[in-house]
Amino acid sequence: MSDDVKALSAQLASDPQSLVFLRLGELLRQKRQFDAATRVAQHGLERHPHLADAHDLLARIFADAHDYEHAFDEWDMTLRIAPQHTGALKGLAFLYFKIGDLAQAESHLQAAKDAAPDDPTIEQAFAVIRGEAGATLAPHAAVPPPAAAPEQPHAAERRSESVSALPDERIFAGLEGAQEGLLLLDAAGLVLGGALKTPEGKDVTDTVAAYLAGVSQESARAARLLDLGSWRGLSAEGQGGHVYLVQPTPESLLLLMRDRSLPLGRLGLLAQRAAQVARQWLERQR
Amino acid sequence: MTAPALARALDLITRVRGVRGAMVVSRSDGLIVAEQLMEGIKGSAVAALASSLAGRLHRAMVSAGLGPSQFWHLQCDHGALLVVPAGSEAGLLLVAVTEADVNVGLVRLELLRAAETAP
Repeated sequence: MSDDVKALSAQLASDPQSLVFLRLGELLRQKRQFDAATRVAQHGLERHPHLADAHDLLARIFADAHDYEHAFDEWDMTLRIAPQHTGALKGLAFLYFKIGDLAQAESHLQAAKDAAPDDPTIEQAFAVIRGEAGATLAPHAAVPPPAAAPEQPHAAERRSESVSALPDERIFAGLEGAQEGLLLLDAAGLVLGGALKTPEGKDVTDTVAAYLAGVSQESARAARLLDLGSWRGLSAEGQGGHVYLVQPTPESLLLLMRDRSLPLGRLGLLAQRAAQVARQWLERQR
Repeated sequence: MTAPALARALDLITRVRGVRGAMVVSRSDGLIVAEQLMEGIKGSAVAALASSLAGRLHRAMVSAGLGPSQFWHLQCDHGALLVVPAGSEAGLLLVAVTEADVNVGLVRLELLRAAETAP
């Protein structure tokens, strides 16, 4: 354990109510000790549940650990507490950029700029979103840590992702499990994107897609016969996991699959988010 | 499940506020075995569709390694269809038709409880 971590840990131990956990968590994040950083941030949040900076810290830890769903939730919470929190606005801009939702990314950056007009990283991020030559975006470019952090290898990797290059196979880029638990189908059950794997790792994309062909039509018919309006989602619990089906467009079907550790209600939220991404991607194909 | 037992199970499900009706449906042919539905609900057609949907979901979930479906929920603008497999080798489906503001968790519990009593 380094001296600075030891010192901050001792400070926190002597005064558990203090806000020193923010500095300790940030330091651990910079050292890429994500488990320890997460514990520190979560313990801090237990004592200060309405502290926006604590949620922002936890979000940045999650983002660095590539857990973008939880990062999204934490930045979302940050903004509920402090609607003009520039760190959260920039963080969400980064996440929207990651999934190819450039309009939302720009909107969040604009809100960040309104709140902090002198922040130079916001202009850099805008340049990326507008596709200006040579511009790149990474969470640390858009979301600078409170203290200056050394360049991190994975951040440098992310900077190589240019906005103009969002190939079709990355429809769900940034969404957890995009290559093993997400599937986008057309009305005939043909795969448009994503992939499904069993818990043992066997690829079952095409088999499941074939079985799901016709689900949209039957769901719509059932809803119509019962005078229930349009169907919005179909969830199913299995012994080994849950699935959630939504219709991004009338001609497509999206399936999200997760193990039972994820509550069904949360799976529904994730499915709606994935459907939004899919909808935008489908519109771009026209 | 005997006829009185079926009736009792449906009674418990339809007692939940917001439930418009409940049915026991044969999974293999989509025919109604027992029902307590409000007037106007097209039970036969819904039973057939529920059976077909259950088959598709069952095959998809088993293929995906998740095991057979234990509960499914079709959410619509103005209500929902909730289904639980029941009976010997899950040969029956317990189906509830609900309004939009129903307590889904409570209906699910009643459906699962009723399914446990099925032989």
